[in-house]
Amino acid sequence: MPHVVITGAQGREFTGGAGEFDVAADTVRRMIIELDDRFPGFGEFIDRRMAIAIDGEIHQDAYAAALRPDSEVFLIPKIGGG
Amino acid sequence: MTGVLEKPAAAELKVVGTRPIRPDGVDKVTGRAQYGADYVMPGMLFGRIKRSPHAHARIVSIDTKKARALAGVKAVITAADLPNLASEEYEAGEGGGDLRDLSLNVMARGKALYEGHAVAAVAAISPVIAEAALDLIEVKYEPLPHVIDVEAAMAPDAPVLHERMFTQGLPEASSKPSNISRVNKLGRGDLEAGFAEADVVVEGRYVTKGVHQGYIEPHACLASFSEDGQSTVWSSSQGQFMVRTYCSKLLDLEAANIRVIPAEIGGGFGGKTTVYLEPLALALSRLSGRPVKMVMSREEVFRATGPTSGAVIEVKLGAKRDGTITAADIVLKYQAGAFAGSPVGAGSMTAMACYNIPNVAITGYDVVTNTPKVAAYRAPGAPISAFGVESAIDELALKLEMDPIDIRVKNGVASGMQAVYGPTYNSIAYLDTLEAIRKSEHYAAPLGPNQGRGLAVGFWFNIGGESSGAVHINDDGSAVVVTANPDIGGSRASMAMMAAEVLGLPVEQVRPVVGDTTAIGFSGLTGGSRVTFATGMAVTRAAEKVVEDLRRRAALTWDTAVENVAWENGQAVCLDPAKDVKPLTLKQLAARSGRTGGPISGEVSLTAQGAGPGFAVHLCDVEIDRETGHVKIVRYTAAQDVGRAIHPSYVEGQIQGGVAQGVGWALNEEYIYDKDGRMENPGFLDYRVPVASDLPMIDAIMIETAPNPRHPFGAKGVGEVPIVPPLAAVANAVRSALGVRFHELPMSPPKIRAALDAQG
Amino acid sequence: MSKTHVTTVVNDDPVEFLTDPSTTLLDALRDHLGLTGAKEGCGSGDCGACSVIVDGRLVCACLMLAPEAEGRRIETIEGMAQGGALHPLQQKFLEHAALQCGFCTPGILVAAKALLAENPDPSETEVRYYLAGNLCRCTGYDKVVRAVMDAAADLRQVRRA
Repeated sequence: MPHVVITGAQGREFTGGAGEFDVAADTVRRMIIELDDRFPGFGEFIDRRMAIAIDGEIHQDAYAAALRPDSEVFLIPKIGGG
Repeated sequence: MTGVLEKPAAAELKVVGTRPIRPDGVDKVTGRAQYGADYVMPGMLFGRIKRSPHAHARIVSIDTKKARALAGVKAVITAADLPNLASEEYEAGEGGGDLRDLSLNVMARGKALYEGHAVAAVAAISPVIAEAALDLIEVKYEPLPHVIDVEAAMAPDAPVLHERMFTQGLPEASSKPSNISRVNKLGRGDLEAGFAEADVVVEGRYVTKGVHQGYIEPHACLASFSEDGQSTVWSSSQGQFMVRTYCSKLLDLEAANIRVIPAEIGGGFGGKTTVYLEPLALALSRLSGRPVKMVMSREEVFRATGPTSGAVIEVKLGAKRDGTITAADIVLKYQAGAFAGSPVGAGSMTAMACYNIPNVAITGYDVVTNTPKVAAYRAPGAPISAFGVESAIDELALKLEMDPIDIRVKNGVASGMQAVYGPTYNSIAYLDTLEAIRKSEHYAAPLGPNQGRGLAVGFWFNIGGESSGAVHINDDGSAVVVTANPDIGGSRASMAMMAAEVLGLPVEQVRPVVGDTTAIGFSGLTGGSRVTFATGMAVTRAAEKVVEDLRRRAALTWDTAVENVAWENGQAVCLDPAKDVKPLTLKQLAARSGRTGGPISGEVSLTAQGAGPGFAVHLCDVEIDRETGHVKIVRYTAAQDVGRAIHPSYVEGQIQGGVAQGVGWALNEEYIYDKDGRMENPGFLDYRVPVASDLPMIDAIMIETAPNPRHPFGAKGVGEVPIVPPLAAVANAVRSALGVRFHELPMSPPKIRAALDAQG
Repeated sequence: MSKTHVTTVVNDDPVEFLTDPSTTLLDALRDHLGLTGAKEGCGSGDCGACSVIVDGRLVCACLMLAPEAEGRRIETIEGMAQGGALHPLQQKFLEHAALQCGFCTPGILVAAKALLAENPDPSETEVRYYLAGNLCRCTGYDKVVRAVMDAAADLRQVRRA
């Protein structure tokens, strides 16, 4: 199952401080839905505010991005630029 | 088409990697190109803004009667004439923010939060009358105590900017109003254990001042609101769709009724990824029934548009005697300006991104201050934390008597390692970039008297994002490429080159166009080092779609299967042994397009993922004039992991430009405030940016050993990371020349002189 | 206040216009004559984006009043290319990629033209100091200086031929 880690403190207000989860999902969208079921509001928060690094590659706004069974997923704040 | 394109080897490429003349170049060298202030419309009015003279004040009343009565004045507005928005997060520009904050920054409501904050605006038939009208607007202020310094703003008794700001991110929710909008924490491992392992510890406190992006073109726009509710805005910005979104939200207008036409833009660097004038120009145009032109003066640009944060950086590093860094404890305090949202998050994530350290803790404070709301500035947040970290690493290397490259190689990140901010790196060439500097002529060159040498590294994520690109084949076989990204650094040329490569056309036959918001699908703005990557991806895929279509048409013409048609060098080649036919050129296929299915076009809209991060390693030599305290940059070499340089001259240009800005940040640039919180140097005479005589030639080394697997040609973003290392590279060079380390920027001559005097 | 009538020569063409006496030459060029090549970057003579040549002398048009143009010869960026051919400086700027956003480019080209008229064989240092009054935030000046020196070499060859 994909292993999801929250980097930093943002988002942990939804999870009661927990920062790591196993999620049975094969796409980013399904991961968001499952995390929102587990921690109401968290999925919405990820959707709006976070970028998702899947096996080292950063994705922003990527519902269809695939998660493999052994994917390493990191949630980091969305990145802008100048 | 999905998946990653089989990347052509560099040797096979015909256009990508060469240096053609940019297609919009002639207009720019002849003065024909139209920037925001160059547009005129019949009946045009001139807009001007009345600004707060106070750094912090309650707005008790605004009386516009006399201004409205002045002959030639056609409209006057205040916040009362604009929608009073509720707090709402928005996604637009770069990463988003709060809509109410944006609206209040454009026009103050109830409180002026910085000197220069807009409180009213007028439109009149001439600039002279508009200025006179401003003087007739009577504003009653109740001045309040103000705070500018970031640590002063964090103090428990500091004047509070927002009564309803309670610090987020604390273990226990707070109910005391604060100027600290948020605390972020990031880290891994066990800090205590890490320091316990260390043989050597260095600790330092570093300070940077607010600096401005310094684009030479002030903000400018022309807005025209028609009687049927349709409007057009010509605007110098980093994104016409961003301008449309903000105007629609701030004025409660439908986006479909606003057409934003991108003017050429005279520099942005992140400072034009937001709006200041456009919503006001539209509102004035709607009220007056005439087009309204608004152009900022240089003084307004300094007093009222976002600089980047001034900050405090506290760094503590622990290392073993062999140079292995065991622990890093960093605290960052960044000014956000009048509203929450400094780049302290990015500053935190990038601070140790070049280092593979097991035990790290990074704490970041976002702090509001009575200064203009900060705007993005090239790799926002990263140069600041890099100044602290790279100075501390330099300190560590000296203590351990280690070569500055050796200590960075020893602790350097490579593909397969996990970044401090989470994800695992892949396809990076940081170590190659370090080696390139080690092997450079510069590294081995001897130093002269009063000279010193400094090294520093830097990182930036680069982003992908939404982009659209269209490729149209003309009836004569030439092509047009349409995108929606304002061209700040020569990106039009790169778009044409990538399309030409795929189509097999000479680049001169591909005309790139930057379209307005009605001409092409949605595109995220120009910034974040994303255009060559994301928009280039859209353009390349659109060109590929066209090639697929051309193959199909050739197959139809030859009456063979499409699998039997190859596209080579701009022509369809028949592989069917049963057919004896000559290749069909693009020109021939275009001439018969009607018969084979209609006009030939491809458009692709996508969200580009997998932007490759940028790593930079900079080497700087300085020479100090002991009499005047002047620091001269005598030699500068910048190496960078670029993936693949689509147009090498413009990649070099990004590197050289970023270096120059970083040098200015290190040596001279700063916002200077008086005791009333007013900026004392809002002009280029006293806000001293580098001039031609301040710099030497800047040698750029482009590392292409790790092409980005996600981009069709291997490109990584390049525009931002060049500004990350220079602050510390210059500071480390000054330390090497003087024997004194500066913890505070800028290192201007009076400060160098003071340090020399202290040395005795 | 009534307007002042100004008669002058711009890029070899005789022109006349009416202007507020307090209008700068820069605003007169841009607003009365439609010559928007010269730009306002600062309005205080610090950035050089408004550089023009007046009676052979390099001047910031924002520091000159429009009525002062009376009876003088003014050269702007619009007069640099002649008869459909780019000036060697303009050509070299394109070849060397010596511009990114292009906003400072007209001013730098006019200043470089004035430099080469005074000093056809400048050293790199001389080029840098002469152009110190033209701010560029995009390029770091490297390719600008290369382009100017390359154009200078070309022009010296043409003169010799």
